[in-house]
Amino acid sequence: MRRAVQSFQRGPAAIGLLIALFLGVFLVVPVGKVILVAFQDPNTGAATLINFLDFFRNSLFRESFVNSFYVSAMSVLVASAISIPLAYFTTRFNFGGAVLIQTLGVIPLIMPPFVGAVAMQLLFGDNGSVNLLLDEYLGFTIPFMSGLNGVILVESIHYFPFILINLSAALNNIDRSMEESAQNLGASGVRLFRRIVFPLAMPGFVAGAALVFIKVFDDLGTPLLLNVNNMLAPQAYLRISSIGISDPMGYVISVILVAFSLLSLWVSLLALKGKDYSTLQKGGGGLMRRDLRTWEKAGCYVVVIAILLLVLSPHIGLLLLSFGTVWSFAVLPDAFTLEHYYTVFESASQYITNTLLYAGLAALMDVILATAIAYVVWRTKLAGRKWLDYGATGALAVPGVVLGIGYLRTFHDLQVPFAEQSLASWWVIIVIAMTIRRLPYALRACVAAIQQIDVMLEEAAENLGATKGRTVYRIVVPLMIGGILAGFVTSFATASVELSATIMLVARESDAPLAYGIYEFMQSAAGRGPGAALGVVAVIFVGLGTYISHRIIEGGKRKRESTSIVAQEATI
Amino acid sequence: MKKNIVTSVVLAAALTLSQAALAVDGKLTIVTSFPKDLTAVYKQAFEAANPGAQVEVLNKKTTAGIKYLQETAGSNSSDLFWASAPDAFEVLKGDGLLVRYRPKAEGIPDKVGAFPINDPDGYYSGFAASGYGIMWNERYIKAKKLPVAKEWADLKKPVFHGHVGMSAPSRSGTTHLTVETVLQGMGWDAGWAEWKEIAGNFKTVTERSFGVPDGVNSGQFGYGIVIDFFGLSSKASGFPVDFVYPRVTTLVPANIGIVKNAPNQPAAEAFIEYLLSPEGQTLLLDPKIQRLPVNPKTYAKAPAGFPNPFKDKSIGAAVKFDLDLSKNRYNVVNSLFDVMVTYRLDDLQAATAAIQEAEAALAGKPNAEAAGLIAQAKALVAKVPTDEATAGQKEFNSIFKKKRKKAGSKLEGRQAEVEQAWDAEVKANYEKATELAKKASSMF
Repeated sequence: MRRAVQSFQRGPAAIGLLIALFLGVFLVVPVGKVILVAFQDPNTGAATLINFLDFFRNSLFRESFVNSFYVSAMSVLVASAISIPLAYFTTRFNFGGAVLIQTLGVIPLIMPPFVGAVAMQLLFGDNGSVNLLLDEYLGFTIPFMSGLNGVILVESIHYFPFILINLSAALNNIDRSMEESAQNLGASGVRLFRRIVFPLAMPGFVAGAALVFIKVFDDLGTPLLLNVNNMLAPQAYLRISSIGISDPMGYVISVILVAFSLLSLWVSLLALKGKDYSTLQKGGGGLMRRDLRTWEKAGCYVVVIAILLLVLSPHIGLLLLSFGTVWSFAVLPDAFTLEHYYTVFESASQYITNTLLYAGLAALMDVILATAIAYVVWRTKLAGRKWLDYGATGALAVPGVVLGIGYLRTFHDLQVPFAEQSLASWWVIIVIAMTIRRLPYALRACVAAIQQIDVMLEEAAENLGATKGRTVYRIVVPLMIGGILAGFVTSFATASVELSATIMLVARESDAPLAYGIYEFMQSAAGRGPGAALGVVAVIFVGLGTYISHRIIEGGKRKRESTSIVAQEATI
Repeated sequence: MKKNIVTSVVLAAALTLSQAALAVDGKLTIVTSFPKDLTAVYKQAFEAANPGAQVEVLNKKTTAGIKYLQETAGSNSSDLFWASAPDAFEVLKGDGLLVRYRPKAEGIPDKVGAFPINDPDGYYSGFAASGYGIMWNERYIKAKKLPVAKEWADLKKPVFHGHVGMSAPSRSGTTHLTVETVLQGMGWDAGWAEWKEIAGNFKTVTERSFGVPDGVNSGQFGYGIVIDFFGLSSKASGFPVDFVYPRVTTLVPANIGIVKNAPNQPAAEAFIEYLLSPEGQTLLLDPKIQRLPVNPKTYAKAPAGFPNPFKDKSIGAAVKFDLDLSKNRYNVVNSLFDVMVTYRLDDLQAATAAIQEAEAALAGKPNAEAAGLIAQAKALVAKVPTDEATAGQKEFNSIFKKKRKKAGSKLEGRQAEVEQAWDAEVKANYEKATELAKKASSMF
């Protein structure tokens, strides 16, 4: 018995240590080297907390903090309003639109930098298409894009897939018998959803909502595009990236962002504490699907299409921009052309290969790490295991610039054997940066998945003589596959458009990913069209990559399910 | 037409350079903030002239480029740094990351406008000049029935309220020079008052300097305070926009410098020489580039209407630009602008709108009391929390600098502390001004 306990702990302990080492080398040390400034007196260099005191004394920073909090909370609400109906329709009904939602629902995450911003302004800005039309025919305009409300709108449209994907995965994991029991007891409709279905899917929803909250809290692209400065992340960025000045306040804000992200993660875990969400699956999980009557179907399509039109509007704008000649103060571009696509044709294939390679590798590493962390945290009793979760999630709040500078500082003098160059200029460092920055997405999805699995299944397997490794391989991972897929998709899609850390690390043109190529074009007036064309190419290829990985994993799952049923029958 | 110019220049370059047997080979790595439209043209031409050379262009924004060179200095792999803002080169020079190189190219004068073309110490060289001006969107101003603004002072008029965009001086070195030029041209207090009256009409302060031409091109706002090539190249790319230099502007050279311990110094030198050669200078006239050459002879090949600062002495000559003064208070000016304008734009807009409304009400109906209130409100908006003498003080400036002095020379005060005091004062002033102006309005 004692030996059993030891071997039970030894494997996970080794894995836990390896992960801790990885996070230490590629996250804690490089970031620590940069944000050390936050703890130094700006004049003497002595260790101090005075900078933090300055932060809380400064009314601008306090205001920024409140604004960031307000925007994040509102974005979670709006994103939930978008994603709950979509997730419910896809998992609950036999509905052709489900495929549409699953495929198109991820696309908002693939928002190429800069071009997306321009497209949004051209559509929804004060003098964008919608407002020009409103002004002409109705005589009023709506300030969609101004101030904090603009930030909330754009953030919700951009990040709601986090909730959609995680919630759908969770809904698919619910044991059908729960629903059947409820129905037998007379529950149906909204009551069934509110009392049984939604609560059981809570881990998925909380995982998604926490991601949206933290991501919006730390996001700087959107506020900067809307020129909203009075939020924390833009304040940090503006202070870190000015020429010649590097104000310690920028790093102080970074530390505060990391701390607050961890705090909100802890709160979200608290919300789930003390409840058991796991259900014993008996194969073929997921809710009962019901056929819709014709008029119901029509109604669903109307809702789904309306939501998709809203959330895909940036991409529609992007498409118009890539085919348009000049688009200036007008509802639509003046004329249409294919020229921009010719311009990018030559360079595009290199960028695409690099992007698919980097984002694919990064997402793969992310799901492996995330599955391992989720297992160590939720299935073992190792001391300090929760810190793996916190550490990995903390990466969410580290600004890309800080990570990029940290890598240059830490790894520039480290030569890679055989590659004959410095680790900081080797393309693999870009993959590692992406892995670290997108790990939190995969991790939340995998944690949600493991919370829904009843530990009894594993115990049963072990009682039947399966080793720990075999149990993980044959029971835990297959049951988690929905969550792992959700994690892969979000990591892959978002890694493919990552720019802030990449731009520091690209050391030669041939290593550059798509987002960098778009950035290069978007520096000049003539580059707007080609930049948008490259953006469209990015969306198509990443969308395809996502779709294919979906198919592969789903296919594998189906195959495994059928063999397991055969095995079941054979044993009977 | 454009292709022809490029090909003929490339051919000519290939001929002259190969005859002169200057050709270099090997890899040349250039860290630059310039767009592909510019770098691709030079890469192609330089490689044609030096068949053995491969140019590797690393596009990073200026700030990222500086950080990249600083962090990789230990085993440097870059040959050249190529960017607009002279202050970016000053930072690198201060860190000892550039080497001295005096170009051999002939026919380049010492100054453009009132600004020296090359670094007096020889660490970097100017290859093109640019100046700030006003660009506007023709469709926008037609639809909103707005006039054309030709001088900075025009932008103060109430009719432009909410129609102007600009980048912050802390974000872009050239924007900084524009702010500093007006401060030097009009004096510290009057200059800031001017900026705040203009800024009161801002729709937005963009995070990137390219955000301004982008906003004007797409029609987000009608007028932008931009560097000339943004305006000129937008126009040349077909956008319905135009550009003008106001009387008070400074021409600033865009620069190139050799990085210390460059892996391929001969190629780096050859590239600089190529950039300054008659062929290299002519490439600047490409419709997508549109920068002012530093070789006066090149203007003979320019299209009609292209500004020529060597002939038209009104461009960039109105202000005698004092480089030392600018350098001494560099960070204080940036920080003041951010505290007074960038981060408090909403309050400033509100105060400006209230004052403009009160003035409109006052027009034609003399009312001494109301006029007094408006004057008070304007003075409150214009107030700068620190005076010129303090701003230029070395000790005061070092609070805002990144480098700590050696242990022992302890400084008083921290940037965050100073900024908080400024912010509190500025915010209270704007609020009080709004209140006074509203009171004045209510008298009619």
